Amino acid sequence: MNHDQARYGDDERYESLLSEKDSTEIDIETDADSPLPDDLTRDSVELPSLSEPEVTRHYTRLSQMNWSVETGPYPLGSCTMKYNPTFAEDVAADPNGAVHPDRSEESLQGTLEVLYHLQDYLARIGGMDAVTLQPPAGAAGEFTGILVAKAYHESRDDDRSEVIVPASAHGTNFASAAMAGYDVVELPSGDDGRVDLEALEAAVSEDTAALMLTNPNTVGLFERDIEEIAEIVHDAGGLLYYDGANLNALLGRARPGDMGFDVMHYNVHKTFATPHGGGGPGAGPVGVTEELAQFLPSPRVRERSGAYELYDPERTIGKVHGYQGNWLVLVKAYAYIARLGDAGLEDASAKAVLNANYLAERLDCEIPYEPFHHEFAATAGERDAADVAKHMLDHGVHPPTTKWPEFVPEAMLTEPTEAETIDSLNDLADAFNAAFAADSEALESAPSKTTARRIDQADAARNPQLSWQALEPSEE
Amino acid sequence: MSRRRHEDADGSPYAPHSPDETAAMLDEVGVESEAELFDVPDDVRFEGELGIEPRNERELRSEIAATLAKNDDLTEFLGRDHHTHYVPSVVDGLSERAEFLTSYTQYQPEVTQGFLQALFEYQSLLVELTGLPVANCSMYDAATALGEAARLAGRVRAASGTTVLVPEILHENKRAVLENYVDGSDLSIDTYPMDDGNVDVDALAERADEETVMIHVENPTVRGTIEEHLSAIGRVADDVEALFCLGTDVVALGLLEEPAGVGADVVVGEADALGLPTAYGMGLGLFATRESFLRQVPGRLVGASEDETGRRAYTLTLQTREQHIRKERATSNICTNQAWVALRTAMHLSLLGPDGLVDLASECVREAEALSDRLSALEGLSAPVHDRHHFREFLVRTDRPAPAIAGELETEGFAVHAVDEHRLQVCVTEVNAGKTDELVAAFEEVL
Repeated sequence: MNHDQARYGDDERYESLLSEKDSTEIDIETDADSPLPDDLTRDSVELPSLSEPEVTRHYTRLSQMNWSVETGPYPLGSCTMKYNPTFAEDVAADPNGAVHPDRSEESLQGTLEVLYHLQDYLARIGGMDAVTLQPPAGAAGEFTGILVAKAYHESRDDDRSEVIVPASAHGTNFASAAMAGYDVVELPSGDDGRVDLEALEAAVSEDTAALMLTNPNTVGLFERDIEEIAEIVHDAGGLLYYDGANLNALLGRARPGDMGFDVMHYNVHKTFATPHGGGGPGAGPVGVTEELAQFLPSPRVRERSGAYELYDPERTIGKVHGYQGNWLVLVKAYAYIARLGDAGLEDASAKAVLNANYLAERLDCEIPYEPFHHEFAATAGERDAADVAKHMLDHGVHPPTTKWPEFVPEAMLTEPTEAETIDSLNDLADAFNAAFAADSEALESAPSKTTARRIDQADAARNPQLSWQALEPSEE
Repeated sequence: MSRRRHEDADGSPYAPHSPDETAAMLDEVGVESEAELFDVPDDVRFEGELGIEPRNERELRSEIAATLAKNDDLTEFLGRDHHTHYVPSVVDGLSERAEFLTSYTQYQPEVTQGFLQALFEYQSLLVELTGLPVANCSMYDAATALGEAARLAGRVRAASGTTVLVPEILHENKRAVLENYVDGSDLSIDTYPMDDGNVDVDALAERADEETVMIHVENPTVRGTIEEHLSAIGRVADDVEALFCLGTDVVALGLLEEPAGVGADVVVGEADALGLPTAYGMGLGLFATRESFLRQVPGRLVGASEDETGRRAYTLTLQTREQHIRKERATSNICTNQAWVALRTAMHLSLLGPDGLVDLASECVREAEALSDRLSALEGLSAPVHDRHHFREFLVRTDRPAPAIAGELETEGFAVHAVDEHRLQVCVTEVNAGKTDELVAAFEEVL
């Protein structure tokens, strides 16, 4: 597919910075009518002073120089960039939902009812007994879940110091476990791309607090030995943690709770189609078994004789967000789940898996690990996966996640999601195959149809310029 | 191939496959059915029903609207770390452009220059307001930003002490989040006393010692008081070589003392005071610090570089700090952040400009003072409790029990916060300033 991205600007830059359009300094003492004594105020403020039409044009141009899932396919593996239904935005914009968290429970029955039903829906989908909606992102959910596991062990006077994480896991798993104070034990991937039971047996001990796992795993394979894995971890006294990043493969077909997982987080901006907003906000609700419910963050929502109320779980870990998390995201997730219902959720996963398999079928490259589900790790072989990705940008598609997981050489982790049509999957396949067929010169000179040409990322890190104030004068 | 859709609406409305297309795709893959694609052992296959009834868009919108309409229609005079300012329509119109709203983290910078530039501008606006040279492109909220600041203090001061000092008057939720953020480290939290709504600097100086890694101070405080001793506090922190962490918000920064000018090493707080309407506590965590801590900063950073044509271009940078590269040695576990809220905050700041921001901040001082005076004139109330300047909010001492008054005001259509048995907290901005006559009348009614 042909694609030329918008490109504003001149020989020096693309769209000028706000600060290049205007910079106005206000002296607080002389230019402003300050109600405070001088010693309590700053001396001046220097900011761009622009009219609304100027600001509007600025951001409209920036938006046109930005890829999005409404622009075209965005098959980033493990990121689940599916279509974000527009009606959910209208639901979230309801002024009756724009309330302050210090309001009394009696005056917020509508808000609490939505949250209560979302807790319930997520519990059903995950096969979990209790859910907190507070964590504001997936990584915050991991941190919460591991703190719950820690509180559980501490409640039993069981001193455990390690969390086991597969080598192929998301970097957040390692970082979240470490933030909670655990030593991270890395579990190497088995030859078949799954957890190696012998390696797991060797890794678990009386120090094991938890094993963090996603299923299907990072290359899309279902961990068929999940029941044995659960047994090994549980026999050692550890808990099994489910990373919900790949839940879009299994909706209505398999549930973490039924597989033996004790704690899980849901990535609602992945599985439940809330927009990712260029990096966030997300939401990372956490589900747990009955036994762990007493440790969840406070407050949770419950229903008592027809009224909804907030309460603190008996042995709560406390709080992981200043208030109740990202309301605007949670309400969109609720709307999505309620729109689809049982059949829609199951169909979403079925089509996500069908789309991944159909796309893979049309690619001229090797896919070392099968049978995969909603995503697959293709290998770029002798080529640099990053170059292949840049070449794909010129074909009107976004490339997949590259060079991850690391055990797949030159990995291209691809997740088309259920939202792509057969035609756009064909376009995606054409973009992949064109890059695989290109010579090294063509690969290295790509992209050319995007707003910017290849960007020197090494220089950005070597010579950090993190604000317009820090730009080298030659560029001014 | 027929694009005739499902007749029974049995699938996801957002999976665009017609039955013919599904059949053709299954055929290409070489299986008979979708079920064959799932390599899930029978023992863990879910055969039951989730029990979630699908609704069409029209039904669902009216259903959720009806549910949310059960919220009482109250005029809120509430603050305490979650503040409401008027967000211009154009912020919604621009930020909801699908190119922004439905994009992902900028892993391919050549095709995401627009968002990267917007985040670079957000960072720059905060650099201007804080006076500190490094601002990240967001934390979740003010509470988690404080938690990250403490962890940063632990890393950069690891050789010496382990105590984080916070004011005895701190939002209870913020304190609770901080406890969890330091739970996995050797840091511990201790408090220092306040004196009439400001830091008791002598007591702080006594409390701070070589064990102290960070002193957290807020301006304005959670009670709305403006801190008068920031430079002295900065010197106390310097004396014990602790980090000076200043908590604030993006509107207050437009008028109150510049953090860098009083010696702040880290600035955290609430950037969502601009750009985001009241959202049940959803936030945007501001995080700025000194150049020397650059490699220890949590969260994403956007930097300027050049592309092959020599034009300035932007990219995520210094990613070796982050979890996807550094794993358990990362500066933080944060991945998904609040980028879209940061975009909105930058838009709102751009629309305000320097005059608009200073005027808005000045109004926060004036409105609080005016309302405080009016309430204090009522029999049974005295305000402000603290003899300080205030920003947006203030405490009111009540003769009658404060929770009872708050409850009765609620039946009159107003929400205020009861701090304890005889103190209310009232917050006023341009959003509810037009309702102060009615609030005062309601107070007269219930007192």
